[in-house]
Amino acid sequence: MVNFSKNKTFLAFCTLAFGLLFTFLLIKWQIDNKNEPKQVSINVYNWGNHISDGSSEHINVNAEFERRTGIKVNYSTYQDNESLYAKIMSSATKYDVIIPSDYMVAKLIEKNMLRKMDFSKMPNTSTIDKEFLNPSYDPQNEYSVPYTWGVVGIFYNKSLVSESPEEMDWDILWNPKYKGRIMMFENSPRDAFGIALMKLGLSINTIDPQDLKKAAAEMARQKPLIKGYVTDQVFEKIGIGEAALAPYYTDAYIVTSGSKDLGLAIPKGITNKFVNAMCICANSDHPDEAQQYINFICDIEIATENIKHVGYCTPQQAVRERLDPEISQNKSLYPDKEILSRSHTYENLPDETNALMNDLWLKTRIENNNSSKKFICILLGLFLVYLGLSASKIIKKRKGNYT
Amino acid sequence: MKKRIVLSPYLVWSTIFIIAPVSLIFIFAFRDIDGNFSLSNLKNVFMYSDVFLSSLSLSIMATLACLIIGYPTAYLISRTNPKTQKLLIALIAMPMWLNFLLKTYAWMTILEDNGIINNLLFYLGLQKLKIINTQGAVVFGMVYNFITYMILPIYSVLIKTDKHIIEAAQDLGANQNKIFFKITLPLSIPGIISGVSMVFVPSVSTFILSRMLGGGTSLLIGDVIDIQFLGSVYNPWLGSAISLILMLLIFLCMAIINFFDNSKAEKEIAAF
Amino acid sequence: MITIKNTFSKIYICIVFLFLYFPIGTLIAFSFNASKSRAVWSGFTLHWYKTLFADGETLKAIQNTFIIASTASILATIIGTAAAIGILKLTKWPRKIIMNITNLPMVNPEIVTGISFMLLFTIIQKSTGLLEQGILTLIISHTTFCLPYVILSVLPKLRQVNFSIYEAALDLGCTPFRAFVKVVLRDIMPGIITGAIMAFTLSIDDFVVSYFTSGATQTLSISIYSMSKRSISPEINALSSILFLLILALLLVVNFRKSEEAPKEIS
Repeated sequence: MVNFSKNKTFLAFCTLAFGLLFTFLLIKWQIDNKNEPKQVSINVYNWGNHISDGSSEHINVNAEFERRTGIKVNYSTYQDNESLYAKIMSSATKYDVIIPSDYMVAKLIEKNMLRKMDFSKMPNTSTIDKEFLNPSYDPQNEYSVPYTWGVVGIFYNKSLVSESPEEMDWDILWNPKYKGRIMMFENSPRDAFGIALMKLGLSINTIDPQDLKKAAAEMARQKPLIKGYVTDQVFEKIGIGEAALAPYYTDAYIVTSGSKDLGLAIPKGITNKFVNAMCICANSDHPDEAQQYINFICDIEIATENIKHVGYCTPQQAVRERLDPEISQNKSLYPDKEILSRSHTYENLPDETNALMNDLWLKTRIENNNSSKKFICILLGLFLVYLGLSASKIIKKRKGNYT
Repeated sequence: MKKRIVLSPYLVWSTIFIIAPVSLIFIFAFRDIDGNFSLSNLKNVFMYSDVFLSSLSLSIMATLACLIIGYPTAYLISRTNPKTQKLLIALIAMPMWLNFLLKTYAWMTILEDNGIINNLLFYLGLQKLKIINTQGAVVFGMVYNFITYMILPIYSVLIKTDKHIIEAAQDLGANQNKIFFKITLPLSIPGIISGVSMVFVPSVSTFILSRMLGGGTSLLIGDVIDIQFLGSVYNPWLGSAISLILMLLIFLCMAIINFFDNSKAEKEIAAF
Repeated sequence: MITIKNTFSKIYICIVFLFLYFPIGTLIAFSFNASKSRAVWSGFTLHWYKTLFADGETLKAIQNTFIIASTASILATIIGTAAAIGILKLTKWPRKIIMNITNLPMVNPEIVTGISFMLLFTIIQKSTGLLEQGILTLIISHTTFCLPYVILSVLPKLRQVNFSIYEAALDLGCTPFRAFVKVVLRDIMPGIITGAIMAFTLSIDDFVVSYFTSGATQTLSISIYSMSKRSISPEINALSSILFLLILALLLVVNFRKSEEAPKEIS
């Protein structure tokens, strides 16, 4: 990296390599563009690891869709509903298919950011179970098609945790016995608050600031016990014994194919049920292709392959029947009526409540010593030093001029 | 006339893509959600004073560590024969070609509670260390990712040092230590300054590092900005205000550091 | 004394290199790991090198990365070189102002550059419907943060150019363009190439700015970031090992060739 200029061979080499590479890419780009004239591509924005991508023995859903329809899929992922919202709000990207969860669907509908779908063009959606139609987040069933659902459970390392899974409830995540080995949701304030609220026996959809403050205090109390705030890494970290306990969305694929030490427990008390649903953005340029995509995902064969890899529960009875009975009959992987009766779903909250929750959540995540005075002093101090130094420089210059 | 023409594409480009975006940060920082003028964002920035302070202290630690490790490295390399120098410097710069996320991820594997280092310690019958998910690990990550920016500028100043001055000092009877502290070190100050600024700026504004190596229990200011824009809290107005204060902080620090640089020469990029 | 000092300095340099290369070694080692996990070693395999070339998504990301890096570095080199020539002949104050603007993207933290671009592109998109975030916005933002490096590596070379030769060429009937190419451009070429290589490196390596301006486009660093949320596929390790070894080989070849050529140059 040093003195390239003095080394002519290297220069020539680099120029050559550089030029060759560029022409190669340009040609390839040209060919790609020519071979596939006017090819439509749709932007699909999904949760991380929420589709069968060919990394296991199951089919690569997007590649299969591209093969069958000739429509290109531009696939990218996000880690929580709020990031999805931020990305749609702040970035100038037009997403076609997005897959938010329940309360975010409601919020996006409220902000006019979703497009009504034409269900007659998506015949496969008729295989969706009745209980998933007209949900509270989309009462007229116009904007969304359920993709997966599940509940939040507690993942634990079998060799590190002594309690039996039947006994576990949220307060185990506050048990000092596991200090430094508990992980928490990094995902969204909703998920983190939800757990604290459920532990306190409060409603997960509370809009009472006092309740939220209580929950925040509970999380602050938990913080010293926590090893880290993580997302999808929980499975790996618990599997290899880096952590002992963490709440996460119940994922059958991980439980059956992951590390043998990884266990899953459904809490004794209240838990949270989520539904992730496919929606089309209001500003989508290719709504027809997007509907084609959604229809394709709902195809029983494709959905079965997909669900086998994704691991969450399916909203299609026909798909469920095709799964390994060990999974589809397992109470903690496919919650039964009893568990569902004590599960609550997040609802869209007013903006003020969300703002308060965000504030409290960030405050939990950062250190809080109320040292704003100290910081302002430092800023002012730096400014004064800067002024002093510039003044002394000017004085020096003047003196220099006189002599 | 001709000079104007050659300069014009750059002028247009820098107006649209350098000046306009930075001005947008100013505009956003003084607006509220409805687009009215407001100072509430700037006031709210100070809620995150602790984050600023911890970012500041961690990055100062990282910069010092880079200097302490990097200066001797640059010095020792500059004393080897020219052929070895070229090779060594190329090897120092090599890791820059690898994606920093990948390198940090590799460090996660190494530093974890059941990672390579702890397994090694266990194998040797020693006690396991708690490294990952501490602030120390974050500083460690900063040092690893940015130390190259310290070594290269110092090195390039050191090899430019006039050998005759050192020879003259030797002839006049100065010993090794005296030569180092009276000649080499003072002459390498421009390199140190550009190294310090090249390490300090990225480390004070870093994000993700604290989430990967620090476990996300104490976020740094870069993470807070990220969270306001693309993370779980959508509030670009507050995010812009935080960025504004961060820019101010960095500007002040850089301006003060640059007062210690007495060399008049216009800055070149020392390393390359 | 001298030998002790020498051994000491050798040991010191070795430790620094161990520190620099330890994670890279781990990364390369784990690209041969049979298991997907990054913590458990379960046997040697070349599987990931095979799947890498079958993985369309990753290949697309690599292609995007290279398209962006080459376009951005070429754009930055052309605009930057022209700008440097213009800046050279400016009077003091305009020159000071322009140099300060030039330094701005270098002094500004990357994250601030990233978010400022995001704000700009969003506003342009929302008001005019142009510039949808994607490969184009990535090229623009990469060009912008590469520009100062090109300008600052061309300027010093330009100062050393002897412009009287250029004028002499004009006097002898050369066209201005030909004189420029033959005299000025030839002299500043090393600076231009250094700038271009730096721009290319910076662009390939960039994560922060791309993160805020990529929209739905995947580049290598963006897809690594999305993977790091769960676990990074050993395929990426395999890819990095290949890239790393290629660059290392290139460097070594250049170094050895140089040491062979050196005596000839003297004679």
